[in-house]
This record gives sequence, structure tokens and C-alpha cells, in this order.
Amino acid sequence: MIKVTVYITLKKDVLDPQGKAIHVALNNMGFDKINGVRQGKLIEIDLDAKDHDQAKEQVKKMSEQLLANPIIEDYSIELE
Amino acid sequence: MDVSLIIFPGANCDKDTSLAIKKITGKHPKHVWYKETTLPKSDLVILPGGFSHGDYLRSGAIAAKAPIVKDLVKKSADGIYVLGICNGFQILTECGLLQGSLIRNNSLKFVSRNVKLRVERNDTIFTSNFKEKEDVDMPIAHHDGNFYIDDANLEKIEQEGRVAFRYIENNSKYNPYNPNGSLNDIAGVYNKNFKILGLMPHPERAVDKITGGDHGAKIFESMFQSIS
Repeated sequence: MIKVTVYITLKKDVLDPQGKAIHVALNNMGFDKINGVRQGKLIEIDLDAKDHDQAKEQVKKMSEQLLANPIIEDYSIELE
Repeated sequence: MDVSLIIFPGANCDKDTSLAIKKITGKHPKHVWYKETTLPKSDLVILPGGFSHGDYLRSGAIAAKAPIVKDLVKKSADGIYVLGICNGFQILTECGLLQGSLIRNNSLKFVSRNVKLRVERNDTIFTSNFKEKEDVDMPIAHHDGNFYIDDANLEKIEQEGRVAFRYIENNSKYNPYNPNGSLNDIAGVYNKNFKILGLMPHPERAVDKITGGDHGAKIFESMFQSIS
């Protein structure tokens, strides 16, 4: 079994009102050296695959077809 | 006119939409459960509003992968008409039948109220009963209605006249007039051949004067008259 983590982030040009709200909240708490906050998603997948290459290929397909929306999001894959 | 309504778990506007269709066409649409794999014979397929699959992952993302949607994509290439309302609009963008994406409202709030809209063109089967550039009132109720698309495609949509409805200023009656931060105040868009329409406002909730207005009825009347 291979554990794969998919990180999904909003594309640079897409407005992130949730990140902005977090930014403002952190400022209000006294963390005033923040230049920007972006919120994303982390998805953990346990899967059976013969090796890391096969696992990565599978998760790439999953990311492109469902986990991320290519219009607004980027993704990256990390294998354990 | 044969109308089918696809019902996903978490839909909550299917009954209102069905009643709106009945009121205008005299018969209820066929209700199609999302687990079906083939659509019945239809001239028009409607994806109603709601919170399919709990809006998990992204609004409409999981519904867009249902086998029935695969059949819808196939049949829309053969020319059937498709209307997506609110969550239905989100599903249409997620399955690729419409361009763009509906992201979180810029206020971060769920917004449920009326909006003022401009009907951008009245030469499509969805809007033929409106006057040209008519201003209408319709309710919205959504958390993810902020229409986003990259600059190049936004320009293309505008140039091709594919904006169906736009939130417009209305002397501070509804404030802010753009309720969600949508680019170019876009509330609804067509696909390239104007046979598919997605919109965030709820026309099915505006088909009767005694329950807050009847401007939405014109969409159903237009479709009925144009298709049948």
C-alpha cells in the first residue's frame, strides 16, 4: 500500500476570499508581518500500486479528472 | 416538449422546478434519478438547484461524474437543450458543458435574497419571451456563485454574446447589486451554440406573483414556446 498526498491550491490569479479572511484574522491577532494567505486542500489517498510510478500515474489521473478543477486550481502530488 | 429533470442526492429545488414546468406546460417533467445511466427521450434536460452530494470537494464536482451526466454530455452533442439552475449551473461547469467556474462568494456568506438582472439577449430559446435588455427580479440562494474564468475566455464569452444574465445596479434596492463578486457581473452564461444555459438565480422560485414575483416564468414560457 502506498500513501499519496495531493495538495490542491487555487491558481495565482484566482481570488481567494477565504485566504483573505484568514489574513485579516491573523492581522487582528497581532501577526502583522504577513504578506499573503492562500487556502487550499490536502487529500490523502491510500492505494494499492506496484510501485511509486504507477501510484503517481493513477493519482495524476484522479487529480485531473476529479480532485482538482483545472480552471481554478493547481495540484501537486507527494508519495510516501 | 419532453422535459427531464435529473435529481441528485441533496437537490432541493427539484419539486419547485417540476411544479414550474407543470404550471407552464401542463405536465410534470420526467424525474430521472442520478443513478440511471441513460436519459429518457428529451427535448430539454434540467439540472435543478440544491446541494448535490453535500457540495463536498467542490460544488457540483461529484454530481458531474455521475453516469447520467456522461449520457447528458453525449446527448447535448446531438442537440438537446440543457438548463442548469444554481447547483445545476455548477454541475454544468464541472462536467465541461459550460465554461468557467463558480467559486466562493466574495463576501464568504451564503446569500439568499432577490437580485436585479438584465436579460442580455432575447433571441435564444430560453429568453424569447423577454423584451430586449429587459430588467427583471429573481431570487438567488447560494454560497458558490462567484463566476470566474480566465481573461482570454472572459473576453471570448463577451464577444460571442454568451452572457445570458447580468446583475445590474438598481438604485440601491439590493445591495451590493453584484451579490457574489462574479466577473463582469455575470449571473448566467450560454454555451457556444446557445442550446445550454446555466444561471445562478432561481427562475422556478419566481413563477407566481403571490410568492414574490413571476419574472422567472418567462424562461419556462420561452422554452415551451420555442421547443414545442
